[in-house]
Amino acid sequence: MTADAILSTSGLTRDFHSFRAVDGVSLNIRPGSITGLIGPNGAGKTTLFNMIAGALRPSSGQVFLAGAEITGLPPEALFARGLARTFQIPRPFRRMTVLENVMLAPPAQVGETIIGALFRRRALQEEESRLRDKAMAILEFMTLAGLADQPAGKISGGQMKLLELARALMGDPKVILLDEPAAGVNPSLTRILIERIEELNRKGTTFVIVEHDMDFVMRHCDPVIALAEGRIVFEGTANEARVNPLLLDAYLGASA
Amino acid sequence: MIGLISYLAFFATMAGILAIAVLGLNLQWGHTGLFNGGVVAFFGAGAYGTMLLGGPPEPGQFGGFALPYVVALGGGILIAGVVAWIVGLLTLRLRHDYLAIATFGVAVAFENVTRNADWLTGGARGLRGFPRPLEAAIGDTFLYGLFFLGLVLAVLLAVYLGLERLVNSPYGRVLRAIREDEVSARSVGKNPTRLRLESFVIGSMIMGAAGGLYVSFYAFVSPQDLAPILTFQIWAMLIVGGAGNNRGAILGAFLIWGAWTLSGFALSRFAPDAMQLYTGSIQYILIGVVIVGMLMWRPQGLLPERVTKTIYQKGAKKGSVIINKEVI
Repeated sequence: MTADAILSTSGLTRDFHSFRAVDGVSLNIRPGSITGLIGPNGAGKTTLFNMIAGALRPSSGQVFLAGAEITGLPPEALFARGLARTFQIPRPFRRMTVLENVMLAPPAQVGETIIGALFRRRALQEEESRLRDKAMAILEFMTLAGLADQPAGKISGGQMKLLELARALMGDPKVILLDEPAAGVNPSLTRILIERIEELNRKGTTFVIVEHDMDFVMRHCDPVIALAEGRIVFEGTANEARVNPLLLDAYLGASA
Repeated sequence: MIGLISYLAFFATMAGILAIAVLGLNLQWGHTGLFNGGVVAFFGAGAYGTMLLGGPPEPGQFGGFALPYVVALGGGILIAGVVAWIVGLLTLRLRHDYLAIATFGVAVAFENVTRNADWLTGGARGLRGFPRPLEAAIGDTFLYGLFFLGLVLAVLLAVYLGLERLVNSPYGRVLRAIREDEVSARSVGKNPTRLRLESFVIGSMIMGAAGGLYVSFYAFVSPQDLAPILTFQIWAMLIVGGAGNNRGAILGAFLIWGAWTLSGFALSRFAPDAMQLYTGSIQYILIGVVIVGMLMWRPQGLLPERVTKTIYQKGAKKGSVIINKEVI
């Protein structure tokens, strides 16, 4: 790892029986960047993503967040440390309102313990009204405020993706990992999503976006990291990526 | 007249005790999504625990500490909690139907222990001789029946209010999030292992309280009180009333207990003599039919779960949005 990386991996490897899905990946994510992670199907993107997000234990190698090692920590520990994620297929809490989905997220709430919920009513109410204001502001920002009282299972798939980002924002994350944010979302919601990501990025949030759609990555991500067969095959700016024949070969060749 | 009132008081006492157990199951299943198929084990742990601590000493028998009633009941609840904690540590990593199978097995094992561990549970004879709280002071059986009903309803109300407070707080919100999607809940920093165990233990302690009241009422407990049918009756109550809705849980308890009692009465009165032997089995079938029928035609129950609004919306109309069936 290098000192100025906000998120980095070192020799990260994962085997599934005899198949090596990710093979010694070392990468450094620059703070304040929107880094795109691309690669054909089976390149190891999702495996790498899951290891960074704590959903999958690496076979070997390390992960660092802001200089501290986070290898093997469970997802619930990472959220509190400022590393949030979204899912490729959205996973909202379907029978809870949109607002509750978002208010739920902040860690270590007073009312989240039995004692706090039953006996610390005043502190709990103050916290709830503060969380509610914050949640409403974030929902407003994500254009979901009008749906606040709807069950989250009833909103559209694209809105669910916005909701997941809103949920992540409640934890004031330093780094947000997005798993195929544009997949299955209509163009107008994709545009909203992009605008919001870019605005958050200007305010300092780092994004790592795993995306199958090359075009999306070329337009919105910088730098771009390409994986093929579990290894990094390209690392550079979007402009370099666009004209790199090796990358296009690896990507198109392997997926064709 | 007194006979009728006294019978109604008896009926309401039993329904109230069962309603307490249904509320415990509602915390586990309705709010946390834990499929507890062994309700009777935790009911039984509370029942036997209360009896062992509060009953009179008997030769050759462990227990019989003759502790004051409140201590005995509290101890019984605590014992149910400890049993649930141990069972929970062993089984809560299982999901849905696997958890149901494992907990059902625990209940069968528990019943077998009560049947065979004579030194502890009195075996098939059971345990007896529990002085009912304040019975001597009140004296009159009719008045005592009403007093005990009052006691049960007071406990029921306390459990209901405590649970309402809990499930309408951020704590309940996290439980529901785990019920809805555990992976997603973890991604926003929640610890499902801890919360599932807590919900399981608290729900089981509430079932234990119901068991403790049950044995105080009858002043007797035996393995026959812990037959698997009790688990299914309690499940039927929750499904009919409405999982995820505490009022539904109570309504379901009174309705199903009413239907059970009436069907038993009607069968013994009207079934032909040749069929009299099988009336119990017919009642079992009826419970099964009710569960299956509800799940097919009204799975959300009579009082469906509402989208909960935690206290942040104090003053706003509570629970004004009914969760749609398609969403479930």
